[in-house]
Amino acid sequence: MAIFLNKDSKVIVQGMTGATGMKHTKLMLGDGTNIVGGVNPRKAGTEVDFDGTSVPVFGSVKEAMEKTGANVSVLFVPPAFSKAAVVEAIDAEIPLAVVITEGIAVHDSAAFWAYAKAKGNKTRIIGPNCPGLITPGQSNAGIIPGDITKPGRIGLVSKSGTLTYQMMYELRDIGFSSAVGIGGDPVIGTTHIDALAAFEADPDTDLIVMIGEIGGDAEERAADYIKANVTKPVVGYVAGFTAPEGKTMGHAGAIVSGSSGTAQAKKEALEAAGVKVGKTPTETAKLARAILNG
Amino acid sequence: MDLFEYQARDLFAKHGVPVLAGEVIDTPEAAREATERLGGKSVVKAQVKVGGRGKAGGVKLAATPDEAVARATDILGMDIKGHTVHKVMIAETAPEIVEEYYVSYLLDRTNRTFLAMASVAGGMDIEEVAATTPEKLAKVPVDSNDGVTIEKAREIVAQAKFPADVAEKVAEVMVTLWDTFVAEDALLVEVNPLAKVASGDILALDGKVSLDANADFRQPEHEALEDKDAANPLEAAAKAKGLNYVKLDGEVGIIGNGAGLVMSTLDVVAYAGENHAGVKPANFLDIGGGASAEVMANGLEIILGDPDVKSVFVNVFGGITACDEVANGIVQALALLKSKGEEVTKPLVVRLDGNNAELGRKILSDANHPLVQRVDTMDGAADKAAELAAAK
Repeated sequence: MAIFLNKDSKVIVQGMTGATGMKHTKLMLGDGTNIVGGVNPRKAGTEVDFDGTSVPVFGSVKEAMEKTGANVSVLFVPPAFSKAAVVEAIDAEIPLAVVITEGIAVHDSAAFWAYAKAKGNKTRIIGPNCPGLITPGQSNAGIIPGDITKPGRIGLVSKSGTLTYQMMYELRDIGFSSAVGIGGDPVIGTTHIDALAAFEADPDTDLIVMIGEIGGDAEERAADYIKANVTKPVVGYVAGFTAPEGKTMGHAGAIVSGSSGTAQAKKEALEAAGVKVGKTPTETAKLARAILNG
Repeated sequence: MDLFEYQARDLFAKHGVPVLAGEVIDTPEAAREATERLGGKSVVKAQVKVGGRGKAGGVKLAATPDEAVARATDILGMDIKGHTVHKVMIAETAPEIVEEYYVSYLLDRTNRTFLAMASVAGGMDIEEVAATTPEKLAKVPVDSNDGVTIEKAREIVAQAKFPADVAEKVAEVMVTLWDTFVAEDALLVEVNPLAKVASGDILALDGKVSLDANADFRQPEHEALEDKDAANPLEAAAKAKGLNYVKLDGEVGIIGNGAGLVMSTLDVVAYAGENHAGVKPANFLDIGGGASAEVMANGLEIILGDPDVKSVFVNVFGGITACDEVANGIVQALALLKSKGEEVTKPLVVRLDGNNAELGRKILSDANHPLVQRVDTMDGAADKAAELAAAK
């Protein structure tokens, strides 16, 4: 089952012919992802060879969907052109758009989010500024390394890419149903809550690991959601206890403003919702293992 | 990036928000001419990126050019809540103020939309208004793609219950303020107070603007707004090299890949420090994915150049980045620094995990650098780095 992505997903790559797109398309193919096309209006009609796998390039998302039945798009489009590319994906009504790009202006991400909403949210957006998502052994849509864990029964949702990898690696003995990196920007499409709801409904997920970081109140709202709606065990981790106020810590959204957005407040909210929160990634992995091993 | 008041004033003026004349100066003597240009009297306003400067004595009226020089002398160099005043704005004196309002646009992260806020209870701390009399603060979502037309502005003004005699004028300000917000890729534009003066005119007397650094690619003029004087020299040097660095006040230098992992590394080092004389992380430094030897060398150079740093913790989880490349980067970086005549004396603790970790660890073992120690778990390496910093 898994969430949002499985072996039947047909994936296209917007920005496939750029250097980053080429590199990661090759890696995704290597992880077994069914990549059915790339999108680049200037190279439409050509084909790109990836170690013997030939991938056709289409002029638009719409054309790619019509010709291949694609239902997922992964975007490696530079920040200046990302808004137009996401709007194109929304107009084509592709069910899932995974925006990997880092550095998109907030006015652009707010605009494409508002546009997706106005169009009835037919396109689920993951990201921007995220590593994408993986359903190990089935499909990989983004830049999460495919070989650091195995299929299993833990669901993972995280704002951070490298902490996603760290956690997948720590728990590689148990394995993951799906891992979703939702991104560290102030405006993101899919939230912790969306992923929690999907994992709660997924029969292949027994436990959920949720990784948050300073900034905003997404973790606090996720805590409220867990309390009211999630019956599966949830283990949490929050990064940024030592972050000073008013400084952006790498991710555009990772900033403590006044007394809001602190790691301490997030941890307390999660614990109040019955979530076991680890002090370090390793301790968090131990908490998850202890619950699953009864 | 948060702007100074005078910079906000300039942007407001550029987009048609009504403001008073004013110019920024950084010597007392310059206050004289600036005040003469304003007709002989002025308001001398400290330029600091912190609230409460009026109460701290950072805003003074000057009835003559000489008085402006005297007030500028008092205010320049003043400390306001830990911020030293390096610049003052010499502003036109406001006509008699009848009423003070509040208006702003900002990003509402929770609802992933923009928000207009407006209140007839301006001139004071708006967070206090929101906390004590929330009914006096109207909050109206603004759809990014619809923007603020005059109709939308009237809706905002009506919700905030502005008096009928100023409603239309305030609505017009709301439109120009929205233009500022969008055209400048701002995360916040705030006018407090927005004043009604005796003539009935509406004027933005003080304001705050925060700009989105991610939009720099299409906002070439924003670079000039950066406050280069205030930046920590190490942060400035790191920025010049394209590194994502934040100076902190501890002793353990940190280098890692990925914002989340580096934030987590700071925390883990702080916990470890609890057992080692209370040492803390000295900085945040994210070298990002696929770091080359050069990026690693640049990062190490910045961190080793920080006199507060007693030990360094390099924490890398190889995702797409291969650990053998990182290990080569560290070895080459140390050689590079040595060849530049910069002798490295601070111990490095390196933890490599993930993609090609075995190979990376072998490279470090083979290089056998006397200052480099390998610890293969994040918590263990943090403990070692804290221990070494405490022992120095």
